[in-house]
Parts: sequence; C-alpha cells; structure tokens
Amino acid sequence: MIGITAYGAYYPRGRLSKKAIGDANAWFDAGLTALAKGERAFCNWDEDSITMGIEAAQDCLRSLQSPDLCTLYFASTTFPFLDRQNSVVVSEALNLDSGVRTMDIAASQRAGTSALIALLEAGHSKPGLLVASEHRKAKAGSRSEMLWGDGAAAVTVGPDNVLAEFIAAETAAVDFVDHYRGEDSSFDYDWEERWIRDEGFMKIVPSVIDSLLSKANVKASDIAHFVIPTEQVRTPAALAKKLGIAADAIIDNGVALLGVAGAAQPLLLLVSALEKASPGEIILITGFGQGCDAILLRATQALNTYQPARGYSGAAGDRREETNYNKFMSFNNLVQRDIGKRGEADKQTFLSGYNRRKDLLTGFIGGKCRKCGTVQIPREKYCVNPDCHALDSQDDHQFSAEMGTVKTWTADRLTFDWNPPAYFGMVQFDNGAKLMMDFTEVEEGNIDSGSKVSFHFRIKQFDTQRGFRKYFWKAVISE
Amino acid sequence: MAEGIKDKVVILGMGCSKFGERWESSPSDLMVEAFEECIADAGIEKDQIEAAWFGAGIDSFNVGASAMPLSIALRLNYIPVTKVENMCATGTEAFRGAVYAVASGACDIALALGVEKLKDTGYGGLPQRSRGVENDMYWPNLSAPGAFAQLATGYQAKHKLNKHDLKRAMAHVSVKSHANGTKNPKAHLQREITHEQAMNAPFIAEPIGLFDCCGVSDGSACAIVTTPEIAKSLGKENLVSVKALQLAVSNGTEASHESWDGSYLKTTRIASQRAYNEAGIKNPKKEISMTEVHDCFSITELVTMEDLQLAEEGKAIKDVLDGTFDADGSNPCQIDGGLKCFGHPIGASGLRMIYENYLQFQGRAGARQLTDLRLGLNHNLGGFPHQNICSISIIGPYG
Repeated sequence: MIGITAYGAYYPRGRLSKKAIGDANAWFDAGLTALAKGERAFCNWDEDSITMGIEAAQDCLRSLQSPDLCTLYFASTTFPFLDRQNSVVVSEALNLDSGVRTMDIAASQRAGTSALIALLEAGHSKPGLLVASEHRKAKAGSRSEMLWGDGAAAVTVGPDNVLAEFIAAETAAVDFVDHYRGEDSSFDYDWEERWIRDEGFMKIVPSVIDSLLSKANVKASDIAHFVIPTEQVRTPAALAKKLGIAADAIIDNGVALLGVAGAAQPLLLLVSALEKASPGEIILITGFGQGCDAILLRATQALNTYQPARGYSGAAGDRREETNYNKFMSFNNLVQRDIGKRGEADKQTFLSGYNRRKDLLTGFIGGKCRKCGTVQIPREKYCVNPDCHALDSQDDHQFSAEMGTVKTWTADRLTFDWNPPAYFGMVQFDNGAKLMMDFTEVEEGNIDSGSKVSFHFRIKQFDTQRGFRKYFWKAVISE
Repeated sequence: MAEGIKDKVVILGMGCSKFGERWESSPSDLMVEAFEECIADAGIEKDQIEAAWFGAGIDSFNVGASAMPLSIALRLNYIPVTKVENMCATGTEAFRGAVYAVASGACDIALALGVEKLKDTGYGGLPQRSRGVENDMYWPNLSAPGAFAQLATGYQAKHKLNKHDLKRAMAHVSVKSHANGTKNPKAHLQREITHEQAMNAPFIAEPIGLFDCCGVSDGSACAIVTTPEIAKSLGKENLVSVKALQLAVSNGTEASHESWDGSYLKTTRIASQRAYNEAGIKNPKKEISMTEVHDCFSITELVTMEDLQLAEEGKAIKDVLDGTFDADGSNPCQIDGGLKCFGHPIGASGLRMIYENYLQFQGRAGARQLTDLRLGLNHNLGGFPHQNICSISIIGPYG
C-alpha cells in the first residue's frame, strides 16, 4: 500500500478584510463591491512561499512517526528564487539529511498535484515529503486580489501508516491559457472568467475524471470528498452535477474567508478533506492548469487514530484581522513607500560569511557542551558557561522545536522595520540557552516579560539592490 | 602584584568644544577647538607632546580610519598617534592609552583626544551601520534605545516594579539633567523640561520616550597628561590625578548564558569594583562625591547607580526620586548635564566627563561648581546591556 501518511497546513495569520479592499478600490471598479465580504489570508511582510512551506512541513512532520525521508518536492508558482533551489532552503530549515532528494516543481497551478502523482507513483520505500506553497501577487484593485489568498500545505507519501491509500491518477496536458505570467512580469494576465469556466473547467476536467473513474472502476457517486481548486465560486457545483458527484462532497475552496492559494490549493483542500474523511471513503483531488490532474485516494482505518498537529482547521482558525489595505499594499510591494533613511542602509549578504553560519541561520542549530551540558546559541569555539569555557566541546543542538520565554523586550520605533514598531528582545529557551532575537506576529499588548514563545523561520531582510533576501528564526508569542 | 595607576599621572590641561548640532564644523574644526583650549590650559608647546591617542567611535560618518585625521588636524610633528575605538567607551580608552604611556615612562607628556561628528547622517539618532558580516545576519536590527529599553523591562521584571513608578524615576533622571544642563554653556541642550513632558513624550522604544534619550551631538574633548613631577616643575598647582582606570568587556555570558537576568550591567559591576580597589575606595557612597555616568538613556543612569554601589540593588528608584543624585543631593550625578544634555559625541564623551571632573576639582566649574569634593567617578558604557564595554575612571586631587 502507498498513500498519504501525514499532513500539515499553514495560513498566514493576517486576514485582510475584503471590505477594506472594496472601500479602497470600488471608486475605480464598482464591481468589487459585490466581492467585498469576508476576508483573505495574506503574508506578513516577513513571509513568503519558503517560510510558509516550512511552517506547513513542520506541521506535517510533527505528526509523522518516522521522519526518515527520501525526497522533498516543493511546488509553487511563486518561488522567491528563480535560480537557487528553494526546496533546499526548506530542507535545511527542517534539518533534513543532505542526501534527501530535493526538487522544485513550478510554472503551473497543478504543480502541487503533479508532484503528488509523481510521489504516489514512485513507489519509494521511505516517505517522501511534498510541500506546496503560494504567495501570489495580484494587481491592486483586481478581482484576483479579492479572491486569492496565501497559504501552504504539506503531505508525506509513503508505504507505512497510510492514512489515505492511492488508488489511481490521470492527467490531461492541455495548453489551455486561462492565464499566464511571463518571465518579465510580476503579475498574471488572465482571460474572461466565463470562457475559462465553459471551455476550460467544464470541458477538460470532466474528461480526465471520467477516464480516471473508469480506470479505477469507481463510480462518481462513490466520491465522498471532491477537491476542485478554483476561485470560481459556482464552478465546483456545476462540475459535480455534470459528473454525478454529490454536491455535499465538494470541499469548500474557502474563497470567502481565506482565498484560493494557487498551486497550494489542491493540497490545502486535500488536508481539509482528510480531516473530514472517514475510513473507506474515497477522495478525488484535481489540479487545474494547462490541463488537469486527477487523483483518487481511499481513507484508511489509520485516520481514526491519526493526530494532526495543526492541520487545515487549525491553520484556518488562527487569524488576526487586518483592516488596513495600505499595509497589505506595502507588504506586497504594490506601493512605493517612503521607508526613511534608516531603511536605506545596505543589506548585502556576504555569501561566504552566510555559508559559514548556515547551520545557525537556516537550521537554527546551536551547541550543547559535552563537558558541562550547557546548551547555547550561537555556538562559538569556547563553551559560554563561565564555569566551563571548554574548547570545541559542543555537539549540534537543534532549536527550531524548542519553546522559550521572553526575558526582556521592546517595541522599537526608531529602527527601520517593514511593520513598525520592531519588536525584539532577549529570549530564554526552556533548554537554558538565551538569544536576543526578533519577534514577529506581535499584537500590541500581548507581549511581556514571561510570555511563552515558539520559533519560526521568517524573512529577516530584503536586499532590494541585489534581489536577495535573508532568512532567520523569529520568536512568536504562543497562546 | 601590579600597583595600579593611582596618582602616577596628572592632568596637565584639558579642553572641550561646544557640543551640539555643529552643522558648520568639520571634525577637524571640533578637534582644534578642544585642543586649543587644552594646550593653552596646559601651558606647553605643541612640540612637547610626545605621543597621542585618538578616539573616534564611528568611522563611516566621522573622520575615516586611522590616526591620521588627528595628526593632520593638529599638524602634529610626526609623533606616534594611535587610533582607538571601543564604542561609547572610546573617549576613556584614548585617555587610558595616554595615561598608561606616561605611567610607563615611555613618554613624559601625552595627548588624548576624542571626536565625533554624528550630525552628517541626515536623520536623528545614531547612524545606522553594520555590526559585522555575521552579526548582521541574525541580530535584531536594534537601535540603541531599543537595546536599552530592555534594561528597563528586565529591571522592572526582576524587582517586580510597577511600570508607572519606574517611568516616574526615569523622568526624574532626565528632568535633573536638563536642569543641570542650563548651567553649562557648552551643553547641547540648555533648556529645562518638566516632569510631565518627560512622562508624556512619545515612545522611541517602549518604555523609553523622547526625553529618556540623550542628545546625539557633534563635539570633541581632549586631555594632556604628564607625571606629577613634571607638572610641578611646570609650576602647576591644585594637581588633579588619575586614581583608577578600568575596563570590563563582555565575553558573551550576558548574551548567551542564563546566569544574567537582564536587570543590571555586569561589566559596570566588575569594572567599578576593580576601580574602587585600584583607587583604594572602601565606601563608594561616601568617598565618591560626584559621578558622570553613561546616561545614554535615563534607565541606564538609574540602574548604573546600583551597579556602582551608590544605591542598593532594587532601591535606585527611591534614591532617584528622593533627589540623592540631583545637583543639591548627597551624590550629584551629571552636574554638567551628562550625555543627556551636554550631549554624546561618542568618541569624545569619556573625555568630556573627565573634563567636568577636572574643572570641578580645580574650582573652575562656574555656576555648577560643587563643594566638598573628594573623588569623581566617570563611567562609559559602549554597546548594549547584553553585550558591552564598560570603562571607569576615577579622578581626584593629587596625593
């Protein structure tokens, strides 16, 4: 048996009120008013597809019994780097073995489902991790801005402790150009929604599903959970009706409260389906983009005892309302903001220096002294314990899953930050180590000495002059 | 066992420029202004200076690297000049170099000069700058107020204080220094402020508000030092000598080891105790008559009073509010206005503090002259509470 063995999800906590989008833009496009209900998930300034992907992967791996992985596939159409394998950054942040095979899969809304098929059909004896993450950039005042959201999901595929068994998959590769983004563009260019529905979804998807069901000898009426990722609100029901799938099998795309997360959407909805599914139920997942992928899975008994860490419902429920459309514009670089002279300081990353400290910067690895047991970060040559100071005595010690406490903190309004004030302070780890570090996701009034924190991989700085971005770990107040 | 520096070196002369937003003045102009006062005070010729130590804190917005800017500005006669930089302790570090040179017998007369030109950045506060290739990759982009605000939250948490009470004491610190600054014609800020202004000013880095921060200034200060014997031979009277010069530099313990709780300055405790030993001081509260401490922020001064053993641990709030450190208190602090109002040109600050001691002990401090002085203590703190350099100098009448 091969199938899904663990799952995880992540939505950024920020939820932009769609009324805020409507209020700011309806003067130009009155049609937006009809969409200005609910909210959408959006990345904080320090989040991108890599950081969200890591969050989803951590969530997934927390519930995996044996994290000995053979592959890591990372699917997205919004990779921060075009030539620097993004999946390797994810792999190193997760502290996976460098022998794990990594691959970025891009350039289509069905990148996530295509990667999933590849893993399901590979027949690896060890689990493979699939991460899909999307941070799509839409023009200010566009319908896409209203309908899309940022998010990430992760699943492992393997032969042991299978939660949803692979039945069959089918693909149609069709260069149906409903939208595209060329190498010189920041934004998608799309065609009329009704045409996409009639000539795209309603023609390409049914033929693939018909073929798949026939091949697997499964009846449409047997589908208990139907994943059809789209921001077209009525299309899933139309497709279900045409195919003979029960209307209540459709997994909600979350357009009203989260937004559609591009290549991550099929996997996010798969996670949602797995949370709902009962053993024996059949799940149909599709991915639409230059054709269609369709995958059939059957839930197993293992789902009954599976304990997801956060999952889809946890990610969807963890939210912070934002009503300031200007902030959303700034975070997505849709407006040229005066960042002040302090923001002009050169942010160059010296790559040789970066490479030397990559274990700290990406893996969040410190040291544990073999002589005195003191855990410390950053790891230097001599142990930091004043009663020890042993030389070269430290073994690697991972900090990413640790918890800590705020010792001291401040909200700095002088220094440059993309979302001032800059919160930072001294964090005392439960393992005894200490580090002055940035906080993120702080809401005014929810931080104090003694607050508990967990640690998250985030963007530290952008070097806009050279197109680079630095990442490091930040502390987040945990409830 | 080393004897220490006590009474081996005296101050022959000192000078200090006007501190402030010296838009019209280059670093050279500031250096010359301080030096001309100093050499006139010393009563010697420039060619009698055998070696010099030059302190400048921030190269990129100041004079650039090396000791040459001093030699060029003063047209020194190709003597040895050493450039020193130790963040906000730079001025005292320059002084230490000159004093040690004289004490060693390597030269008879040495110069220490510090300068800083901070107002060429185009914005308020200290310049934004790199903290090193590796540090920049993971350190928070913390400003100085952001770093020192954490001393307030750490101190507050340790002593279970009410936020408002701590802020009231911090406000008192600033109100006192502003009052002192009005009596100092060289001070950057010479205007009184009210307690309400200090309490209600906008936050720069919570709980540090605008009036909790010191001035960011241009300025220069310098000293010429020699042996007591030479000073006497030059006809000098009322000699002011160096009683102690100490430095303690963080080794990462505060930043990375749980033994430090963020509520005090470990280096200040270590350096001051060493300085008291060097100067033979048993009871700092009684023997130290005046202090010039590194009041980069009001909270720093408050906590420093405890670290110097001039207030009991956890009790500085009461002493501050009782006026112990006011101009008319039992142990005046920042009688010249301090960093808060005299200003803080980084490389010059340590020498500026010694300058005030020197004037006070010579009875030349004008409207702010103190009486019954025994010893003066100067304290610099470079860096951040969790990682810093502390310098202490103790100055007093020779003998």
